[in-house]
Amino acid sequence: MQGGSILNPTSALAHPIAHLFLIVGVIMAAIFVLVTMLVLYACVRFRSKDNQIEPRQNHGNAVLEIAWTVAPLLLLVYIFTITVQAMHRSDPDASENRPPDMAIVGHQWWWEARYLTSGVLAANEIHVPVGKLFLVRLESADVIHDWWVPQLGRKMDAIPGRPNLFWLEADLPGTYLGTCAEYCGAEHAWMRIRVIAESQADFERWTAQQLAIPSVASLTGDAGSGSQIFQRLTCSNCHSISGLQANITIGPDLTHIAGRQTLGGGVLVNTPENLAKWLKNPQAVKPESLMPDFELTNDQVRDLTAYLETLQ
Amino acid sequence: MSGVPLFPEAPTLRLAKARGPASSMLTWVATVDHKKIGIMYLVVSLIFFLAGGVEALLMRIQLAIPGNSFLSPGTYNQIFTMHGTTMVFLVGMPVLTGMANYLVPLMIGAKDVALPRMNALSLWLLVFGGLFLYFSFLAGGAPSAGWFSYAPLSEKAYSSSQGLDYYALGLFILGIGSIVAAINLIATIILFRAPGMSIRRLPLFVWMVFITQFLVLLALPALNASVCMLLMDRLLNANFFVTASGGSALLWQHFFWTFGHPEVYILVLPAFGMISEVIPVFSGKVIYGYEFVAGSTVAIAVLSFLVWAHHMFAVGMGHPIDTIFAIGSMLIAVPTGIKIFNWIATMWGGAIRFTTAMLFAVGFLVMFTIGGLSGVSFAAFPIDWQVTDTYYLVAHLHYVLFGGTIFAVSAGVYYWFPKMTGRLLSERLGKQHFWIMLIGFNLTFFDQHLLGIIGMPRRVFTYPDLPAWGTMNMISTIGAFIMGVAVLVFAWNILSSLLHGEIAGDNPWNAWTLEWATSSPPPEENFDLLPPIRSRRPLWDLAHPDDPDWKHGH
Repeated sequence: MQGGSILNPTSALAHPIAHLFLIVGVIMAAIFVLVTMLVLYACVRFRSKDNQIEPRQNHGNAVLEIAWTVAPLLLLVYIFTITVQAMHRSDPDASENRPPDMAIVGHQWWWEARYLTSGVLAANEIHVPVGKLFLVRLESADVIHDWWVPQLGRKMDAIPGRPNLFWLEADLPGTYLGTCAEYCGAEHAWMRIRVIAESQADFERWTAQQLAIPSVASLTGDAGSGSQIFQRLTCSNCHSISGLQANITIGPDLTHIAGRQTLGGGVLVNTPENLAKWLKNPQAVKPESLMPDFELTNDQVRDLTAYLETLQ
Repeated sequence: MSGVPLFPEAPTLRLAKARGPASSMLTWVATVDHKKIGIMYLVVSLIFFLAGGVEALLMRIQLAIPGNSFLSPGTYNQIFTMHGTTMVFLVGMPVLTGMANYLVPLMIGAKDVALPRMNALSLWLLVFGGLFLYFSFLAGGAPSAGWFSYAPLSEKAYSSSQGLDYYALGLFILGIGSIVAAINLIATIILFRAPGMSIRRLPLFVWMVFITQFLVLLALPALNASVCMLLMDRLLNANFFVTASGGSALLWQHFFWTFGHPEVYILVLPAFGMISEVIPVFSGKVIYGYEFVAGSTVAIAVLSFLVWAHHMFAVGMGHPIDTIFAIGSMLIAVPTGIKIFNWIATMWGGAIRFTTAMLFAVGFLVMFTIGGLSGVSFAAFPIDWQVTDTYYLVAHLHYVLFGGTIFAVSAGVYYWFPKMTGRLLSERLGKQHFWIMLIGFNLTFFDQHLLGIIGMPRRVFTYPDLPAWGTMNMISTIGAFIMGVAVLVFAWNILSSLLHGEIAGDNPWNAWTLEWATSSPPPEENFDLLPPIRSRRPLWDLAHPDDPDWKHGH
């Protein structure tokens, strides 16, 4: 897995920002060294000595002062120029009428992703083919969130009632970590993002697998009773599973939950034990999460876990 | 009594004799004396500074290791909200208003402020507003939507406890207090200057306070209007900021930053003013380029109203708007840079005395420069698209408001404490305070730049165990506790010096402005006699009859 540094970009959209940051950083460091050296030199050189005569009173020098007004101004003109260049490269204008490839919706506290051409519905883990520019329409279901995957480019706010467009692209295969970056309430910390960039062939395989509708009829044993529990209790008021009922996205779609890397917006690694722990009491794992503690019995948890683990 | 030799033939202003000192509690509660009110402002700020500091330490304990469960997410969010709100409204603003309250009348040779009873009103509104805000902890939970309370998270649907109502009403009360204080200071500076104290001769601290009060006067009503609308949304379903009902969540951000960006300059300009008093005195030289330092303050004030949306580069306003706000934000660096260079030029060729006040001023120069420079990286807004709302921003704002404002206020406290109390603060403890603070501050905040760069967002109650995140957060936490030690040294210095400090005398630093022409502490109506004011440095002129400033046209 890659580190999450903005200075380790893996996207044509993130490179110009890292480049701009380095140039501005070098300029800033140079000014800092200049100022600090001047201050330290003055401190050492002009330290008061015993019996010192009173220093000459210098009321100012207009030429010098204009010089240190104009010099930073020129530097800023340069920084502004490279800023505008980086803006165009890292956030190119979308051509008119270009339909978005994907809709991403921020929820308290997870991400919903809809692939608009294939119809795949994903949560928190977003697969993209390497090297392809995806135009994403970003929305919010509740409060303001912010999409941020440092290695892949700019942040963008998800604002209720005001969709934003941004580009998503990865140059190299890998898993890129990101997170919600706008404070959005109690569990803002656990609204993590994973972007999984893979080859076109792998992406198509993944898409086909996501579109497969799991069969309930063939389930037996614990998994069979788990599917019964899922339908009998209120699970499906918030979660949908393809083949069971219509699209409800109050909570993440569970059709392929067993294939995900994490649970609860990144708070747990997705293992059967952790899934059982989550089902037993989500509030103990992610306090104030919108999924209540249903006080399931251990048998119910075992059966539900067995069922959900079949949803690869 | 003034200890400065006055020329009997010089034109002087005769003012009322001081009445005897009174010591009962009531004389403080019922006072309308600007000095007592100023000191009470400072004491109130110090108490809230300790509260906000404890909140910071609680956050740092929670963040010391990944996945910590010291605080629940709900508690953590209340505490970071109260930390920010406290430090801005109950520490930063009142400590500066307190210094201005105490010093402005003295520095312009006045008996008191123009509206002494309104002055008491603003102080007690501060106390009331502060206690009101903190009462929320007992009334079902403090606000937890951040000090900026973005809608719709701050709306009833997503913040159902009463914390946000306390936030809105508390800020409203504090806002009225600040506006009243601003009117008072403006009126005082315009009307109550002693004969000879022309606008162009104002000490730079007074000048910067003067400009700042116009920012308060224009910015705080925007905040008060906004919190009223928020309260109407929450209590009366007004739906100003509820998108689902036809309002606009984004509108809150525009309103809030219309206040919020000038607020940054409300918090730093008076600090610049203190630095502009301390550096010349301890360098033994007149301020270099008074006109540039004063004029650049006006430039900053005007620009500060034109840059609010640089807090919103990530909301997707579009390239043209981002570009316009980037230009304004970059321009602010120019007048700020002028000040830094003029302060260095003031030190250049001087005879620098490294008192604690001067150490803090030099610390300010370097720390604030770091904060100012990282600020420019946000104005280059593709960088902002990456680092806003991360720990890089947390580092930046603390270099500006702590490395800037708090270091400058510390310099000011060491400089003016003897005037306020008649006793010097201990230089030995002062130097310990400075060095411990400098080390703790940089340990806490410097590595937060790097944390932001490697992907850590701000306002998270915990974080995953990614490479280096735990180590760097632990360093930050250790630094925060070192800062805590520095604050304890400072508090001990204040207490012990109040009782046993060296007697200061009227003018312990050989300073040149009018507050040093009266006794320490000054009598009730400040001056028995005023020296002639024929330049910006009346006491310099008295001490240097052969080379007074007014001969140079200043």
